[in-house]
Amino acid sequence: MVVTKTAKSPFLKVLSESKQPFFKYFFRLSITVTCSLFVSLVGAATLAPDSVDAVYHSYDGGGMDINGPFILVRKSIGTDFSVNGHYYIDSLSAASIDVLATASPYEEERTEYSVGLDYLHEKTIVSTGYTNSTENDFEANSGFISISQSFFGDLSTISLAYVKGKDDVGKINNVFSEKAERDIYKIGFSQILTKNSLLGFNLEMITDEGYLNNPYRSYRFLDPSMPQGYDDATEVYPETRTSYAVAMRALYYLPYRASIKGEYRFFNDSWGITAHTYDVSYVHPLGARWTVEGHYRYYSQTQADFYKDLFPFQDAETYMGRDKELSSFSDFTVGGGITYEFGQGVIPHIDKMKFTALVDYMKFTYDNFRDVTKPSVTPGDEPLYGYDAWVTRLAFTFEY
Amino acid sequence: MQILSVVVNESRFKSMSIKLLNMLVVLLAISACSEIKPWVKPYERSNLADPIMSLDRHGAAGSYMHHVYQARESARGAEGGSGGGCGCN
Repeated sequence: MVVTKTAKSPFLKVLSESKQPFFKYFFRLSITVTCSLFVSLVGAATLAPDSVDAVYHSYDGGGMDINGPFILVRKSIGTDFSVNGHYYIDSLSAASIDVLATASPYEEERTEYSVGLDYLHEKTIVSTGYTNSTENDFEANSGFISISQSFFGDLSTISLAYVKGKDDVGKINNVFSEKAERDIYKIGFSQILTKNSLLGFNLEMITDEGYLNNPYRSYRFLDPSMPQGYDDATEVYPETRTSYAVAMRALYYLPYRASIKGEYRFFNDSWGITAHTYDVSYVHPLGARWTVEGHYRYYSQTQADFYKDLFPFQDAETYMGRDKELSSFSDFTVGGGITYEFGQGVIPHIDKMKFTALVDYMKFTYDNFRDVTKPSVTPGDEPLYGYDAWVTRLAFTFEY
Repeated sequence: MQILSVVVNESRFKSMSIKLLNMLVVLLAISACSEIKPWVKPYERSNLADPIMSLDRHGAAGSYMHHVYQARESARGAEGGSGGGCGCN
């Protein structure tokens, strides 16, 4: 791996490099989510109903403004098959701290589409699908296959999935082309415990190989010759990564028709990051049509082995990263939502309609990632970074 | 030094994989030998069939939140969502 020395002054680099990296990181991981969407819908031995899901999503915080539509359509073919497809757009306006530290705000758009097929045979569902995500300097393709089987009087469901992903990583205004590959193995298990409670268990292993860092991001190192006392250079990540995540979920039906859910996830990877996620949520129907809900989520992680906010000199170590996502930090989310369901017969040929509005507030607190947009006399003494964000989702679903 | 660290971590993961696989085999063996019958009868699953008892209530909208977190946190995977409901199909 070659370390590329960037422009001597970060301020000159602002002019020469107008683009920075949110999507690279974002979309590389998005395929995992997209595939899990389909896997998650095959929990019981029945095909998902013919439906249309339309979601408008908005994220606003930390200098990032992302919004766009997400449309998912499902249609059965006979009694054994169901096809689905989704189309997804993210419109991004970026002026985050990663951007402001070394470059200029930018705007870009990502489009994603997928096609999938589910096959039902007795208590077994086999699913497969393909997803493509494209932007002007990054493309991700992935395919998956999964199998889900219910057994033990339908009290238990087990699902297995495999996903293969390939990324083409580019760089705006540069002759730059790198590749990365990903293998994802998933095991899911759900168990009805009592007539009022059930348990879910998920295990997921992901291996990555190839160019795993973001070509736009930099680490910084002490350089007394610079006015601000430091300079920066392109990050160097390991070319492999293996991660494990194990999650447990418990759902309980309360005596007065409401439900409470608790979740815990443990995560560990070969870069030295360990993370814990806790989530508790509460759902409360109000009459036959309205449902309100709320949840609280807490997340914390340790830093990667090769993370430093400020390296002592250039090429100080074999691997060097300064992404805030690799640092030690915690965040929490408080969210709530309301759902209104329309009954059958309101519109001809529509069995059920549902409108949902969800709003989440998130706050991130970093332990060792400093805000270089607020310079200090001594490099490394800048205030620690933190930000908050709002996420809004408006979803309209109908079954036909 | 860091290369050594990565190699050690990979080795630790392989060891963990073998342990998990062994646990799975043992669990399957135990369940195969047992006489346990399904203890929640189909007619007792009305509460479980309620839409509020879904592990993945919001489908595409829920998946979007996984997306939001994966872009900002290093942890990934096991977001789950499968299962839930009455299991009465």
